Amino acid sequence: MEEVDVEPTTTPIPGFDSNQKHLGFVWGPGDILVYETIYKASGGSAGGCPFVHEVRKDEDIYSPILRKLFNESHHIFVGLQRIREDMPSKNKKPQFVSISKNYRSVIRACMEELQQVAVSTQDAALATQYGSQVSILLAVELIWNLCEVLFIDAAPAGSLVLHLLDWVRLHKADVDEKAREVLASESPAEHQAYWDVVISYVLQGRMDEARQVLVKQAALQPAARAMFKLLDNLLMKMPIFNPGETQTLTEFDVKWRHWREEVDRCLQDQSFASNPHLEDICKILVGDEDVLLEHKELLSTWYHFLVTRLLFSHPTVKPTELHYYAQSSMHMFLDTRSVPEPLDSILLAAFEFDIHQVIKDCSIALNNWWFVGHLTDLLDHCKLLQSHNLHFGSNLREFLLLEYASGLFTHHSLWQLAVDYFDHCPEFGRVYLELQIERVPLDTERKALKVIRICEQRQMTEQVRSICKIMAKKALRNNRLGSALSWSIRAKDAAFATLISERFLQDYCANGTFSDLDLIDNLGPAMLLSDRLTFLGKYREFHRLYGEKRFLDAAKLLLSLMTAKIAPRSFWMTLLTDALPLLEQIEVIFSADQTHELMFCLEELTSEKSVPNPDRPMQDEDIETTKIELLRLALARNLAMAIVKERESIEGLVGGWVAGAVVLTGMQPGQPFWRRRQDRDWEPQVIG
Amino acid sequence: MEGINAKYVSQKISKTRWRPVSSSSLQQPDIFATGSWDNEDNKISIWSIGENGISSMDDEFEGDPQLVCEHKHNGDVLDLQFLDQDRIVTASSTGAVIIFRHHHNSQTLSVSQLWERAHHYPCDNAPCTGIVCNSPEIVTVGEDGRIILFRADQEGVLRTIENADSSTIHAVTFLRTTEILTVNSIGQLKIWDFRQQGNEPSQILSLTGDRVPLHCVDRHPNQQHIVATGGQDGMLCIWDVRQGNMPFSLMEAHSAEMWEVHFHPSNPDHLFSCSEDGSLLHWETSSNSDTPSFLQGGRNTSIVSRSALAPAGGNQSLISSWLTGDSSKGRLETTHMLPSQTLSVNSLDVLGQCLVCGTDGEAIYVNRRVPI
Repeated sequence: MEEVDVEPTTTPIPGFDSNQKHLGFVWGPGDILVYETIYKASGGSAGGCPFVHEVRKDEDIYSPILRKLFNESHHIFVGLQRIREDMPSKNKKPQFVSISKNYRSVIRACMEELQQVAVSTQDAALATQYGSQVSILLAVELIWNLCEVLFIDAAPAGSLVLHLLDWVRLHKADVDEKAREVLASESPAEHQAYWDVVISYVLQGRMDEARQVLVKQAALQPAARAMFKLLDNLLMKMPIFNPGETQTLTEFDVKWRHWREEVDRCLQDQSFASNPHLEDICKILVGDEDVLLEHKELLSTWYHFLVTRLLFSHPTVKPTELHYYAQSSMHMFLDTRSVPEPLDSILLAAFEFDIHQVIKDCSIALNNWWFVGHLTDLLDHCKLLQSHNLHFGSNLREFLLLEYASGLFTHHSLWQLAVDYFDHCPEFGRVYLELQIERVPLDTERKALKVIRICEQRQMTEQVRSICKIMAKKALRNNRLGSALSWSIRAKDAAFATLISERFLQDYCANGTFSDLDLIDNLGPAMLLSDRLTFLGKYREFHRLYGEKRFLDAAKLLLSLMTAKIAPRSFWMTLLTDALPLLEQIEVIFSADQTHELMFCLEELTSEKSVPNPDRPMQDEDIETTKIELLRLALARNLAMAIVKERESIEGLVGGWVAGAVVLTGMQPGQPFWRRRQDRDWEPQVIG
Repeated sequence: MEGINAKYVSQKISKTRWRPVSSSSLQQPDIFATGSWDNEDNKISIWSIGENGISSMDDEFEGDPQLVCEHKHNGDVLDLQFLDQDRIVTASSTGAVIIFRHHHNSQTLSVSQLWERAHHYPCDNAPCTGIVCNSPEIVTVGEDGRIILFRADQEGVLRTIENADSSTIHAVTFLRTTEILTVNSIGQLKIWDFRQQGNEPSQILSLTGDRVPLHCVDRHPNQQHIVATGGQDGMLCIWDVRQGNMPFSLMEAHSAEMWEVHFHPSNPDHLFSCSEDGSLLHWETSSNSDTPSFLQGGRNTSIVSRSALAPAGGNQSLISSWLTGDSSKGRLETTHMLPSQTLSVNSLDVLGQCLVCGTDGEAIYVNRRVPI
């Protein structure tokens, strides 16, 4: 087993005594479920606790303000993935830097909002929670900004110190606040924080601002005017590297050395001896480390100390030399006894250009994957992570993005964001998405449609089918046959469509009417999905034709349903019964050939049924027999009439054929036939 | 895209609606309501975009929408309409239909009427999917295929059409005071006349054999026979319900479900649609008639809002430019109104020069200078 990097933290479960009870647990994607178990191997039904506790790894995802961070950064993330691979890397760098800045501005916006609510809230516990979130975001932004300077922007010697200065200024902005306070007071030069402000400005390399504040003091001490003038001059003349100009680094270095010698001379000839503050400033200008360390309070952090030290002692430091100064600055600044905080070691790792250490330490120190996931993704786009392979998963970027996205997917609302992250994980993203998307709870059809759209856009047919099936089943359970059928048509689920068609047919047999006509009448090509559905559609068409009194078409359709084997055998009896009224129309509708076919169908059916079914009550059997008898009769009559009609039109001869037909059908010639005819006032001359 | 800013609101927005303004004052709307969906606790919220409206035209940073008040909403808000200046009707995924009252003095919201399980299955809730108001009448439709008619001032149900549809009804709109039009998930438009008893529609229109689900419908504000529908394939259809079973024109609009379509209430040559594909389109058709299109509307209405009916009559004889239009001849112009974004735009509303829309990316966009 591998060593753990840090000791895991303990999460107490409220109302649970670990000395007496034992816990069982189940892993979830972003949380675990914990419940009490009974330890005893046998007997003893000690009352178990009825509670199941949900232990979440990541609380931040439920913070309404941090949700904005997730949503906005999702937008930036998607934009980043759209930067084309084949673009020359020279053009890409400014884009990556601007994306990095976008991410940071989102963090800052969140931070500001959190700060506001932390101040305005009445609830102390809540205020503490917001406060700690602010401090986490502060640290995150600090690290991100440093990574941007060192890795993404990859500033060369000269510009490097300028960027680091900006970094320090941004994160140590309380100077400006203090300066405002001092300058707004009645006599700024006598304010107790006056010199703190001046020195802070100098420490941050903000010479112009320092001079402006110094003027106030100079005005108060006319006697020392020359001395102030001298310092002002030194501050003004301090060379600052300007990467935009034609000046080379060497030229700048020479200029800087000259200036530094001048400052040194001032120190040597005790120009500022009479004013300890001015002398301190002068010593800072030559990078006197002891004096710098005397102002620990103003520097407040070792990395501020580092940057100030670089500014005054090594303004042309190369990125590769950075780690040396970083380490020594940290050791000089921090108390030897105190252990560096996680933030310190992360920043140090960054100064050492150890990207993987930065990511690893951040993963351990922070409670969610938002930061490491997005930062790693950006660094990966900058081609900074390629050498490293994991011995699990695919690569670091994908691993972290998958973790982050899986966390999002556990959220009832943010799951939609996760989809785009999975999309950009080439190796395992799709599998993750396939497994997660099927498990999204579907309360409304609208949500189901959204989920299906996600699947369809990614050709995840299996998932589409499964979601449609869930919806179809749900509709069926609620007795919404029409909806259920629509869903199974969408899923192209023939088996389920057959099942629902059966239900429709059953309902028809029970009630004698069709429900959901608007749907069945408009099936269109979808009808071909399953045989049973085709039959349902066609059968309904028969009813419509019949209703419209288009008997010939109706008869043809009805017959073809049986002869083309579209109708299930179990339904033939119903179809034949439906034929009865057509057979008894005044006009002849079924031709002789058609009647023959009907007869054939009936015989086929009755020959199968000859084996008596013991389960069937006798009464049913009787009804069945009567039905068959009636059908035979009607068919025979129709045949007779059809033959008569057909012969009539050809030859005008009738008589013998009628007798022939009667013999043919094996019916007893006689009463029923004639009686019926009399009942209906049949015209005698037709039958001769 | 100029002057359109995202406001992130920490909830997926399912509906956005402007509060109606009185047309006599020529005022721009400044209050809108939103509903959320898919949250653990859903809400309806009232937002303000500032008192001074568009006083400073060149001000880059117009005021963000500010939250005025909010109220918990049981279930997803599937539809939301203003009944009048201070009452909002919502459709819930629990099947409930709720009227909220917005108290202007105290800036609070309260439930003033609740029809629990208005839409339902025998032993489960059925989401209510759409509402249309013509104060005091409210018509709702749902996944259960029912159409229900309420009156805001009565507790009971005025009329229910059971089994109005075998599939889900997605949206509803008034054609006239007694006639409504519904669209369903198998691509049909059904017209219902409340004067007729019985549960049969007076007319069914559909794209033959297509069965593409329709998700939204809007009626032309002045010409009651013209309706626009949008469906699952993102296609925009303009129908003349007086004639034919076929839509008058079919236009490819979005690459995924069109969730809402709206004619501009006072300038119906403009139309807006939004979609699951994350786009918001502005359609403009040039009018053929010499009459400027703003003269075609009814000026004598006191409230201009899509949920309220324009008076019948007007210039019925004029042929709408939507029916003469031919998209192939380039008479129809479409513009994307949002910067590229990937998550669905679920709802939009336009009134005067102001447009508001809400997305699954938990953002609200307000544009106060829609080129109308």
